[in-house]
Parts: sequence; C-alpha cells; structure tokens
Amino acid sequence: MTDKIDMPVTPRGGLDPVPGEWRRVSPRYVWVDLVGNVISGLVVTAASTIPFWVTQLPWLLVIPAVVFVIAVIGAAITPRRVRAIGYRLRDDDLLVRRGILFQRFAAVPYGRMQLVDINRGPLARALGLAELKLVTAASASNVTVPGLPMADAEELRDRLVELAESRRAGL
Amino acid sequence: MSDPAPGATAPDPAPAAAAAAIAPAVDLADGEWHRLHPATPLLRGGFAFVAIAGFVLANLRERILGLFLGAGPGGGEGGDPIDVIVRRGLIPLALVVVLVVLILIITIFWLSWRVHTFRITDELVEVRSGILFRTNRRGRLDRIQGINVGRPLFARLFGAARLDINVAGNDANVQLAYLSGRNADALRRLILQRASGSREPGSAAARLEHDGSLGGMVTQRAREFVAPELDPQLAPPESVVAMHPGRLLGSTVLHDRTVVFVLLVIAAAVLASAAHMFFVLFGVVPVLLGIGSQIVRRFSRSLRYSIAATPDGVRVGYGLLSTNNETLPPGRIHSVEIRQPLLWRPADWWEVRINLASHSDRQEGGRRTSTILPVGSRAEVFRVLELVLPDIVGDGSRQLVVSGLAPARADDGYTGSPRRAAVLRWFSWRRNGFALEPEAVLLRRGAIWRSLIVVPTARMQSVSLRQGPLLRMLRLADVHVHTVSGPIRAALEDLDAVVAAGFFRDVAASGVAAAQRESAAHLAGRARWQGMSRSHEQ
Repeated sequence: MTDKIDMPVTPRGGLDPVPGEWRRVSPRYVWVDLVGNVISGLVVTAASTIPFWVTQLPWLLVIPAVVFVIAVIGAAITPRRVRAIGYRLRDDDLLVRRGILFQRFAAVPYGRMQLVDINRGPLARALGLAELKLVTAASASNVTVPGLPMADAEELRDRLVELAESRRAGL
Repeated sequence: MSDPAPGATAPDPAPAAAAAAIAPAVDLADGEWHRLHPATPLLRGGFAFVAIAGFVLANLRERILGLFLGAGPGGGEGGDPIDVIVRRGLIPLALVVVLVVLILIITIFWLSWRVHTFRITDELVEVRSGILFRTNRRGRLDRIQGINVGRPLFARLFGAARLDINVAGNDANVQLAYLSGRNADALRRLILQRASGSREPGSAAARLEHDGSLGGMVTQRAREFVAPELDPQLAPPESVVAMHPGRLLGSTVLHDRTVVFVLLVIAAAVLASAAHMFFVLFGVVPVLLGIGSQIVRRFSRSLRYSIAATPDGVRVGYGLLSTNNETLPPGRIHSVEIRQPLLWRPADWWEVRINLASHSDRQEGGRRTSTILPVGSRAEVFRVLELVLPDIVGDGSRQLVVSGLAPARADDGYTGSPRRAAVLRWFSWRRNGFALEPEAVLLRRGAIWRSLIVVPTARMQSVSLRQGPLLRMLRLADVHVHTVSGPIRAALEDLDAVVAAGFFRDVAASGVAAAQRESAAHLAGRARWQGMSRSHEQ
C-alpha cells in the first residue's frame, strides 16, 4: 500500500480539513467507475426520451441531449474523481474523502465500527479490486472505500477489525 | 409459568415445572424455562377468534331460535349453504365439523402457549416459541437499550402486561407477552439491575405473588388498573413534570400539525364548495384522516404522561387506556432535540425528542416513543434534560442550552454562520450555529421553527463534512454528526468553510476522547465490581 501514498486531488477552493498524506485507491478503479457511469448515463438518456416519444414534440429532444452531455462530462472527469478518493488511518479513527464537485469527508472512530464488509462486483473482480464498507450503528455513516486491490482490502479489513477490537466502545 | 404438569412438548421446562409444583412461589429469573401468563393466547389473538364466533352466532341467531322452536325457515331458496345443510339433513355432520375445527383451534392456541417459554439467566434473556416454525431469540442483558412495560386495554382487564426488552438494532427486541403485571414490573427491575452489572440478591422481587381469595384478586386488579405504576414500592415518588390537561389541550390546538389540519380543511371546503372541485376531496380526506389520528393519538397518549428518575434509569409513562411504561438505562440516549412549533412561542412551550438505538415498532401498542416530553415549559425542559443528560446539563453547559433556545446574541457561546449564508438561510443564519463541549455537541437551528440538538459525544458514531458547488461558491460547508437513526438528524448546514473544517476535526477528536473516557470508566467500574464480588466470596 505504501506506493500509493501521495496527495489526492483537492479542487481549487475546496475543503481540506485535515491536511496531510492520504492513501489513494487503485488507478484501475477508473475502469469500474467508468463502465458504471457509461451504463447509467445511457439508461438515463434513453429514459429521458420518453416525453418525446409520448408527445412527438421535437423540442423535447433537448432533455436527452442535455442529459447526454452531462453524462459525457461525468464520464470524462472519472479519472479525476477516482484520484480524489482517499483514506487515512489515524491513531483513533479512519478518515475517508470523496468527490470533486461534491466533496465529502467522513471520520469514523475505530471503536464505533460494528462490522467491515468487503464487496466485489463482477467488473471489480475481473480487475482484482474490492470495495471496503464500514458499518456503524448510524445508518447515515455509510462509509465505503472502493477500488482497493484485493490483498490490500483484506489487509485493511483485518487491521480495522483489530483496531476496532482494541478500542471497542459501547454503542 | 404456574402450570404444574411437566410438559412433553418442551424439553427443558420439566424440572422447572416440577419445582413449581413443590414451591408455591417461582423465581422467574432463576435461569430455568418458564411459561407466560395463561391468558396469553386469548390476549394475543384469541379476541379476534371470539369476535368472529360472536359475529357468526349473532347472524345465525334467528335460525338457531327457529331450530329450537321447531319453526324452521321455509327452506328451498337454494343458494344459502346453511339452507342446503338443513334441507339435506346434514346438521349432525356440520356440527361435528364445527366442533372439530373448534377443538383444533383451541389445541393450537394451547400448544402454542405450551411451547412459548422464556428464561432469564445472569447474562441473557431467551425466548422460544412456535409449533411448526420454531424461533429462538436471545438478548444479552448488557446490551439492553431499554425496557418497556406495555399494558393494552384488554390485557389490563386480565392484569397482564407485556415486557419489551429492547436490544440495540432494528426490530431487535425480545418480547415477553404476556406476564402478570406484578411479575412484569419485578422482572423489569431485576433485568435492569443485571444489565447495569450490579448483582444484588434482588431476585426475591421476581417471585410470583399469589393472592388466594377472589375478593383480594378483584381489589388487586382494580388497584392495578387505577395505579399508573404497578407496584408502588418500585415506583419513584413522583414525576418531575406534571401534565396539565389544559396545557396539553392548548399545545395540541397550537401545534403545527393542527394548523396544517385546519388549513387543509379550509382549503378543501373552499375548493369543493366555491370552485366545485369535488375531486379534491378524494386526495385530501385520507391525508386529513392521517393527520387527525396523529393529533388524537398524541393527545390521548400524553394525558397521563409522567417522567421520573429511578435507580435504573429514566422512566417514561404514557397512555390513558393502554399504558406504556418505558425505562431507559443511563447512557442509552443518542441525541436529544428540543424544539418549538411556531405558535407555542408566546407560551414558551417546548417539545423534547430523543434518538434511541432500538426500534420496536412492530405493534402500535408497543411502539417506542421518540417524544420524551410532549409539551413543557422551559423549566420543565431543564428538569427533563437533567434526567436524560445528567452529565451534560451541568453548571457550565446549562447557559449554552439557555442560549440555544433563545435568539442569537454575540458571545453567547455559539459559533454561527457568516452573513453570506443569509443567501440560503434568510432568517436563521444568525441562529444557525454550534457549540462544542467536552461531553456534548450542541447544534442550534432555525429562527422560525427553533430547535436545539444535543448529541452526547460519547454516543456519536461518526462525523462528515460536505460541500457542493453552490456552497463552494459561497465558501460554506455542511457538518453532519451521525447518530443512530431516529427522528433527529444532527446536521448543521451552511457554516463558514474554514470554521466547518475546524468543527469537523474537533468533533471527531472529542468523539474519540469521550468514547475512551467512557470505556476507561467502564473498565474501572468492572474491576471494582469484580474486586467487591471476590471480597464477598472470601
């Protein structure tokens, strides 16, 4: 995991509440994210043509055009978005950051983790990647670290479980 | 429970039942298997059966009368199955079928009662039930989030009560329905004692109480029915908040929900009568029914509201005909919100809600309340807060709570939103602010609908910081303190971005620190307790 320690992208004027070094996820995760984005973009574009098919008003084709452009832009910035995903193991909590346009930082104390999941989708599995999901008693926490190489994910999970065990707190 | 016959259906209860035959009093928490109140099948669904039987009998009354008087109906009209039965002389067969069905149903009810057993040991409470589909549910006593003694109206007539033992998680409660009222109360105390780690020889309190004479039983029922608490010895002296019916009525009338209700009625009436848009009624009437039932339920539940401190935790009582009595051990409240519907402000009334880790909303009667004070004056709010957050509403933070309920002032201890947040929060940007104490995070929100959210840092699960494109242009950010799910969402939007980043760091650090303090205190307490128990053994 050591080779991936470097600064993730912080957008200009964006937040950086805890300056320092973040671990980045695997660059291969770009493909997983890209395929997901392209499929959902096509589906949404297709769905947005329904008003046109129903009414046959030509100006309603503007909607799918706009949706398509947004989807293309979303796909184009995927590499940047993946570079913005970072996590950091601090002494007592795990920090996770995501997003460029919509930034989100979360801090989860080790003692609050109820369980750690490893999820693997079909494409991620083909690329040898896995997603780590941290579950606390609060459903709003919803912290995931996608795009970890399988070995790293398992190592990180074992480490987190060990840390959670040593700092076990009540609810 | 008091059944002396050893059962063949359930393997374990035999020794317990045999013991019950010898000793008149049974210790319900002795770790053996026990059965529930004998009226349980009737209370759990038997009433529906009785009601159906009554309905059928009422419909057949004329026919039965006619049968016995020898003047049968002039049959022959075909379709009616009963006519067919009478015409073909199948009455004996029909009676046999009805009898068999009846016996079958009663046997099933009886069997399900026989196999529905529970036991309470030092560490856990376990319930098993079901004839074909066996279920077995265990709850660890040290994970208990609260205990609720519920007494629906019919159960009260039988002197029975339902004990809900809430363990953290969704639908994770262990339910003992039904026990006799006195047993339920004694068990509650015992379980709470064991949950808190102290193991005093209090099991004598959980003994079955037998009152042989019928007259004694009747007066006892009457006493139980009238008394808000089942056992006066277990009950605390008095509630710290007295619910005046007048104020409850006033608060109900002035509640936002009632205002919405009235406005909807007016709008619907105007649209239907003046504009002849009757179809509006189809949409509005169901909504009105929903809101109306909420209003009525809040009122009737709150009429006999009480809240009191007990050695085992805060006890909240609710309900007029079906009563609910819930005990929350200390440290189980994950966040508290004090809020004020708009029209309550002249009277300075407030409502207090809480987030709890357990939700047992399977049944209407057993639903846990999130409203811990339906309506109260400012002084009463503080009395309730002293009960639910004893560490936090101390001398220092009390002033913070006071300013949390007031309009924003300079130097009132809260860090608010900057002026540019007024673009998004026209009125509330001044009040929108936070204060961080070692033991709690206080979030002050809203100018028109004021509210103050207090999250004990020791209960906080995680914290997040967010910023979208619009907020970035305004150099603002949102902070969200995650607690267990419930009606309260502890979030503060549109803070200055730099301030929000600092707040995020500080909250994360103080959450960790509070959890460490708490587990250290917990370990120390356990060590002390173990030392004590060892010295007792010597």
